[in-house]
Amino acid sequence: MRSDRNTAAPLGLKIAAGCGLLFMHLPILLIFLYAFTTEEKSYQFPPPGLTLKWFAVTWDRPDVWAALGLSVRVAAISTVIALVLGTLCAAAVSGSRFFGRETISLLVILPIALPGIITGIALRSAFSFAEIPFSFWTIILGHATFCVVVVYNNAVARFRRVSGSLVEASMDLGADGFQTFRYVILPNIGTALLAGGMLAFALSFDEVIVTTFTAGQQQTLPIWMLEELVRPRQRPVTNVVAMVVVLVTFLPILGAYYLTRDGDQVAGGGK
Amino acid sequence: MTAVLFQQVSRHFGAVRAVDDVDLAIAEGEFFAMLGPSGSGKTTCLRLMAGFEQPTAGHIEIFGETAEGVPPYRRNVNTVFQDYALFPHLSILENVAYGLMVKGVARAERLKAAEEALAMVKLPGYGARRPGQLSGGQRQRVALARALVNRPRVLLLDEPLGALDLKLREQMQEELKSLQKSLGITFVFVTHDQGEALSMADRIAVFNDGKIQQLGTPEEVYKRPKTRFVADFVGSSNVLTPDFAASLGFPRTYASLRPEAIALGDGPGRKRFTGTVAAASFLGAATRVTVEAAGNRIAAMLPAAAGVPAPGEAVTLSFLPEDLHPMDGEQ
Repeated sequence: MRSDRNTAAPLGLKIAAGCGLLFMHLPILLIFLYAFTTEEKSYQFPPPGLTLKWFAVTWDRPDVWAALGLSVRVAAISTVIALVLGTLCAAAVSGSRFFGRETISLLVILPIALPGIITGIALRSAFSFAEIPFSFWTIILGHATFCVVVVYNNAVARFRRVSGSLVEASMDLGADGFQTFRYVILPNIGTALLAGGMLAFALSFDEVIVTTFTAGQQQTLPIWMLEELVRPRQRPVTNVVAMVVVLVTFLPILGAYYLTRDGDQVAGGGK
Repeated sequence: MTAVLFQQVSRHFGAVRAVDDVDLAIAEGEFFAMLGPSGSGKTTCLRLMAGFEQPTAGHIEIFGETAEGVPPYRRNVNTVFQDYALFPHLSILENVAYGLMVKGVARAERLKAAEEALAMVKLPGYGARRPGQLSGGQRQRVALARALVNRPRVLLLDEPLGALDLKLREQMQEELKSLQKSLGITFVFVTHDQGEALSMADRIAVFNDGKIQQLGTPEEVYKRPKTRFVADFVGSSNVLTPDFAASLGFPRTYASLRPEAIALGDGPGRKRFTGTVAAASFLGAATRVTVEAAGNRIAAMLPAAAGVPAPGEAVTLSFLPEDLHPMDGEQ
C-alpha cells in the first residue's frame, strides 16, 4: 500500500489523522506542563502559574533517589543477564538443528506474549513455593524473563544473516571457537545486541505489573509513581519524575531503532 | 609423499550414506579433481579433508598424520568456499590477512603478505574495498588469496568457478592451473563440470552415490570409462549392451565406445556392424550421426568430408577393436 506522492489525502482524513496523533501525544505534553505548575494539589487547567521549584524539590527527595537507583540497578543487571542468555540461546537455535528447536524458540518468546499479570502471578507463586524471600533479586529474575526475549529476537535475526560458511571460513583459516566469536560473530551481531540491550533496559525500567508481584518492600520508580498519585501532596514532583522516565526510556529506544536500521544497511551492502 | 589418504572412509547422515567406503590417495603437488553430480559425496569428502565433518568409519591421514578429531583450525589445509564466505565486516586486505592475524603475525608483516597475495591473484590495490563492492570473479580471487596467504599444504576448492560466467570460468581455469604449478601446492578440486575436471586435473575421481566409480587420469576416465555411469557422465561415450558386444566377438559385458572412434564403411582389421540412421546433425568440423543397431542407439562422430548419410539410410560402420573397452565395473 503506497500512496502516490502527487495526490493529496482528503481533508477529512488529514483531520482524523491529526486528531489521532493529538490524542496519543497531548497527554504526554500535559505531563510535561504540570511539572512546571505552581498548584500542587490538583491538575487545574490552565495552571495558575509556572515555576521551576519542583525540580529542586524532587532533587531533595530521598525516596525519589532510592526508587530511581533501584530501577537503574534492576534494569542494568536484567539487561546483562538477558544479553548473555539471549545471545547463547540465539546462537544455539540458529547455529544448529536439533529435536525441539522450534519449540524452544517458541518457549523463549512466550513470556513477552503472555500477559504480564500471568508472568507475575506465576513467578510469585513459584517464589513462595520455593520459599525464596522477595528481594532485589526476585525483581531482577522477573524482569530477565522478558528482557531475554527482546535480546533473543534481535540476535536471532542477525545470527541468521551470519551464514554458517563465515564461521567455517574463520575456523578454516585457523581461528578457534573463541577467536571466531571475537572476530567474526561479535562484529556481525554487535549492533543487534546493543539494540536488544537498549530495548531490554527500557522495558525493565518502566515495568509495573511483574514488579508488583515480585518485589518485596522495595519500590522501583514506576511503582513509586503509582503510589505517589494517590497522595495529594507535591503532585508536580511525580510529573518531574515522569519527564525523566520519558527521557531515560525514549533515548535508548530511539538509539536501538537507528542502530538496527544502520545494521540492515550494512548487511544489505554486502549483497 | 601422500598428501591426503582415505582408508575405507564413510560418512553417514542418519540413513543417508553421503560417503560410502571410499579409498583414495592424493599425491603431494597433485591437481586432483573430485567429479560427480550433486549429492554424490564429493563435497562431503572435501569437508572431511577440511575437518568440518568427521568420518563415521575409516581413517584419514593428511601428510602422514591422523586427521580424525583434529579441528579445522589445526589442519594445514585451507578451503576456497563455493560462496567465497568473505567476511562482510572486514576490508579485502583484512579478509586476506585474517588467517595470519589469528595466528598472531605482527600487523605490518601480515598486511604486507596480504598485499602480495592480492597481487598474486591480480587484484593489487583492491585492499581497501569491502567484499560487497567487488564482482563475483574478483571475490573469487580474494577467497583464493585469503586461503593461499596461509601457505597451506593442501588447498581445497569447492566448486570455485560455479558462480562465474563461461568466459571468466575459462580464464580462471588457466590461472588456477598455472598458480598450482608455480606454487607446487596440492589442489583438491570439487566440480560437477566434467570439462573443467578433464582440462585441469592430473587425476580425477568420479563420484556417484557416495562411492568412487573410477579414479584415473583424465585420458583414462574419458577413453576407458569403467562403469556405465562414468561413460555417461564424462563425455557421453556409447554404452553397448552385453549381447551386442558378444555379437561383435567381445566378452559378454557392457562395453564403451567413443563416438569419434567410429567411422563410416569398413577397413582391414576393423570390427563392423550395420544399422539405420536415426538422426544426423551437421556440427561444422564433424557430423554427429545416431544409428540404431540391434536395439542400441550408437552415436558416431564422422569427419565432415565423409559425407552425411540421410535419416532412414542403412549404413555400415566400423571401429578398431582396441577402441572398444569392456567395462569391468558392470555386470
